[in-house]
Amino acid sequence: MFMTIGKRLVTVIPTVIGVVVVTFLLTRVLPGDPAVYFAGPAATPQSIADIRKSLGLDRSLPEQFVRYVSDLAHGNLGNSLSTGRPVVTEITSRLPASAELTLSGLLLSIAIAVPLGILAAVKQGSWIDHTCRVVTTAGVSLPVFFTGLLLVYVFYFLLGWAPAPIGRLDAFATAPPQITGFYVFDSLVSGNFETFRASLSQLILPALTLCIFSLAPIARMTRASMLAVLSSDFVRTARASGLDTRTVILTYAFRNAMLPVVTTLGMVFSFLLGANVLVEKVFAWPGIGSYAVEALLQSDFAPVQGFVLTMAVLYIVLNLLIDIIYGVIDPRVRLEG
Amino acid sequence: MTDTVVRAAPPSAAKPVSNSLLRHAQYVISENSVTGMAFGLFLLLALCALIGPYVVPYDPLASGPATLSPPSLSHWFGTDQTGRDIFSRVVVATRLDMIIALSSVALVFVMGGLAGIAAGFFGGWTDRIVGRISDTIMAFPLFVLAMGIVAALGNTVTNIVIATAIINFPLYVRVARAEANVRREAGFVQAARLSGNGEYRILLMHILPNIMPIMMVQISLTMGYAILNAAGLSFIGLGVRPPTPEWGIMVAEGAANIISGEWWIALFPGAALMIAVFCFNLLGDGLRDLVDPQRRT
Amino acid sequence: MKRRDFLQSMTALAASTAITAPAIWSGAKAQSRKETLLLVTENGPNNLDIHGVGTNRPGYEASWNCYDRLITHEKKTLADGSVSYDRDKFKPELADDMQIGEMSVTFKLKKNAKFQDGAPVTAKDVKWSFDRAVSVGGFPTVQMKAGSLVNKEQFIAVDDNTFRVDFIKKDRLTIPDLAVIVPGIYNSELLKKNATEKDPWALEYTKSNTAGSGAFKVTSWKPGVETIYERNDDWVGGKLPELKKVIWRTIPSSGNRRALMERGDADISFDLPAKDFSEMKKEGKLKMISNPIGNGMYSLELNVKNPPFNNEKVRHAVAFAIPYQKIVDAAMFGVANPLFGGKSNDVSATNWPQPTSYATDLAKAKALMQESGAGEIDTTISFDLGDGVNSEPIAVLIQENLAQIGIKTTINKVPGANWRSEMAKKTMPMMVNFFSGWLDYPEYFFFWCYSGQNAIFNTPSYVNKDMDAFIDGARGAAAVGDKEKYSTDVRGFISKAYHEVPRVPLFQPYLNVAAQKNISGYSYWFHRQVDYRSLVKA
Repeated sequence: MFMTIGKRLVTVIPTVIGVVVVTFLLTRVLPGDPAVYFAGPAATPQSIADIRKSLGLDRSLPEQFVRYVSDLAHGNLGNSLSTGRPVVTEITSRLPASAELTLSGLLLSIAIAVPLGILAAVKQGSWIDHTCRVVTTAGVSLPVFFTGLLLVYVFYFLLGWAPAPIGRLDAFATAPPQITGFYVFDSLVSGNFETFRASLSQLILPALTLCIFSLAPIARMTRASMLAVLSSDFVRTARASGLDTRTVILTYAFRNAMLPVVTTLGMVFSFLLGANVLVEKVFAWPGIGSYAVEALLQSDFAPVQGFVLTMAVLYIVLNLLIDIIYGVIDPRVRLEG
Repeated sequence: MTDTVVRAAPPSAAKPVSNSLLRHAQYVISENSVTGMAFGLFLLLALCALIGPYVVPYDPLASGPATLSPPSLSHWFGTDQTGRDIFSRVVVATRLDMIIALSSVALVFVMGGLAGIAAGFFGGWTDRIVGRISDTIMAFPLFVLAMGIVAALGNTVTNIVIATAIINFPLYVRVARAEANVRREAGFVQAARLSGNGEYRILLMHILPNIMPIMMVQISLTMGYAILNAAGLSFIGLGVRPPTPEWGIMVAEGAANIISGEWWIALFPGAALMIAVFCFNLLGDGLRDLVDPQRRT
Repeated sequence: MKRRDFLQSMTALAASTAITAPAIWSGAKAQSRKETLLLVTENGPNNLDIHGVGTNRPGYEASWNCYDRLITHEKKTLADGSVSYDRDKFKPELADDMQIGEMSVTFKLKKNAKFQDGAPVTAKDVKWSFDRAVSVGGFPTVQMKAGSLVNKEQFIAVDDNTFRVDFIKKDRLTIPDLAVIVPGIYNSELLKKNATEKDPWALEYTKSNTAGSGAFKVTSWKPGVETIYERNDDWVGGKLPELKKVIWRTIPSSGNRRALMERGDADISFDLPAKDFSEMKKEGKLKMISNPIGNGMYSLELNVKNPPFNNEKVRHAVAFAIPYQKIVDAAMFGVANPLFGGKSNDVSATNWPQPTSYATDLAKAKALMQESGAGEIDTTISFDLGDGVNSEPIAVLIQENLAQIGIKTTINKVPGANWRSEMAKKTMPMMVNFFSGWLDYPEYFFFWCYSGQNAIFNTPSYVNKDMDAFIDGARGAAAVGDKEKYSTDVRGFISKAYHEVPRVPLFQPYLNVAAQKNISGYSYWFHRQVDYRSLVKA
């Protein structure tokens, strides 16, 4: 087990290096001079030059890169010019918000897509199958920000069922004590039911938006995998042995069909992390996605670099985790590995 | 007895591959009505893209006196803030969106496809390098990468196409590589080698045509994604420049109007966008059924 | 079997953390809501201190409400019932006496004035704050200079309670400049404790902490999310505010802000787009307040240094081609003061801004293009993406009309950060831009936008000796109180600007606010931000 992890980590290193270099170059190529921006209105060439010097932007590119990498080695992701706080602080304070949103969206999506996929596989070719395909494909065919805005319009503005899209908490509610940073979990665990309900209700619409967007890949994968498994020998044997349909499908077929679904989940999760930025913008969700976008549009390099690095690391860790889970679920993989 | 064994010569000798492919296609389309519907939609979209600009009632760029008016007989889809006819804009936008979709897909097919089959066929260092590049791109949150590229290069249609191509690169590499890898030691490849074909020739003349069907499926699915990507970029402000009609930017512009009740500004381009992406996705499914029924999902 | 157990335990864990059926209805509103104001805007502060590097406009709001100045403005009620600051009348804030001499002004500070940490406010603090304002560079220093407040030597702490500002020259703008946000009074003892070698003015500390004597203090600041203020009950700068707490939330989507107001979930939505304002006003469910932005206008700016707009006839052609009324109606929904179609470009009054005599006349524009001999032109219209809500439809409409007179344009949306750089480069041929000056005097506007110092705001790069003579003449006349010469020179520079038209005025925009019906006490200020101190929630 540890050998495989070790080997995987080694192959990951060139990727990380690639990400660091590309991010650095990309942010330096962005147009817009942060020095002019921060020199403020009525800036003179002198004040601009002074600010450029204080930001370290007057050095040559390789020199800046070396400085950047050595900062990284010390865990210093630089300072955000737009908020003035260290990027590490910004990211650690906002990451739980994005993670909570993405995880909720994913869980909701699994809860809907997996049963749908199983149903479609079991009743293959019927109208249920076709409806499943049409519905999930429709979900992924709309731009995610449009879905979000529509949901706000219908459920908040017209029907009044959902609360205001004002962020993670209503303005007058208090945040729960910081345990994991996930408001729903923290408030539940600390017994603060008012906040629990408040934070949960704020989470519904954005999570639903993300869920709609990610139904398709999960449902498809479940369906395909189930189909393959349902036509396999051991299922045939189970049926022949007289087990009822329900046991066959859930106990035997589903468990074995889970494997490719788990890999797809990994892909979907990282895909959602990217789609996050638009949802966060629509729902005023204080996550790292919206923060990175703001920084990007202000030519504020450090947060963009920090964001991309964090996402890359998360992605790599996630894939590793999935490989491990894979190994646990499927003994065949372990024997070969 | 030989009499009973003798059969009449097959009635039509020379109606080879194309006929059976067409019949197979007909079979798949009729089998799955959804695919048939998607195919019809695709034809409609192609029609709009080709002749749309010539047949629309109004100039898509011309402002008019009737601003923010709801759908009516004179303006089927209503008008926007500067009085432009939304129906004309939606139809004319088909061309630009199809161009964005087709060019990004063509670009990534060439880049990713070639890199992928080279990696799968040759293995070794080619495989490692291509793999690393692919992994590096995959590690980025893709939409943010597209944003960064467009922000750095400037928001023109060309750059949006390039950005979309880059973020889809890993996907194509993966598919192409897997396919090429499988066929590396196949019989026909070995036969080609024996006949004296160089490795590159084999790659381009033998492997590539064989994986085309699978790649076609991938292309169809990515076309929808390319359009959605352009829409997302427009929402941030990095999409095409006004007053160019493009579905994504029309949805983004109309998004703020939803609350004030002018639903038509965002709904119609949004519906067109959804129909197009939907159509490409279903078409991809249909193509996959056509080409490789084993992979049905 | 271990694997089975693991899987079973996993499923059990997953089931137990499954999300319960959601409670969608929001809970009962807390009692504290009556004394708390919820304000929503598109952007929030990136720094609580106006002296900071790169502080944005919302940051000015924090400084305004948390720090005091020596003097402030009286208020006046306008014809439509709305309240605005009175440009010409001052009243004491931290100082309770102001004596204006020949070349200096002396203030006596209020004896019971205290900083929020309890320390008394002394003249030493005032001097330190003024020194800070002229030393930190950037916008604050430039603003101080606009009122001829330049050197530390001008600021003298006569004794603990008395503070004097010496003039380096007579300038009508010095006293008003003391009432703007920049010369706020900072707690110098506290800040000196937080200063470092590299940061002698403690700018790092004031970025996220308020160290003043003002009516409010910031108790929580989450950049990009919300800022929470609480009242300083010991405030002596004026009548104690009614609000005890102000929560300022950043909601990027204008549609969502509107939805919040219409459903009663927010108290004030500030700086509404014209469209939302005009529609919400018609619906009549909320209190809609609107004030023209003083000393401000949207214009089409043309670079006069480079071709093709260095040709005056081409500029005139453009001025006649613009679809002015359409812009006011379609882009601004009628919520704007037109600055076109006046009687003559030789103006007879000194009010500012006022209309030019240009009006949409395509035939005349085409004729002028012919006369100019410029032929077909291919150029770009640029604008700040951050202002896209207004600028984009304006640019689109202008583009359409210019195409009809032979000027082909592509629209260039410049993201916020780059806009400043682009302006500094002075290479953009044509821009849709907005400028407004805090000190509401025409010579102030012209000083920044038309004078030979070629500041960043002089985007057309217009440099002209005669114009400078008018501007300097007007400023000099104002300083000594020569009303006649002032009037002549102001009319002179306005008329010249309109004849040579390096920028074509379009309209004067409004600052739009939506408030729930139980909110009162809003007043318009020159800095175009919200003053919480006068707000009342019934």
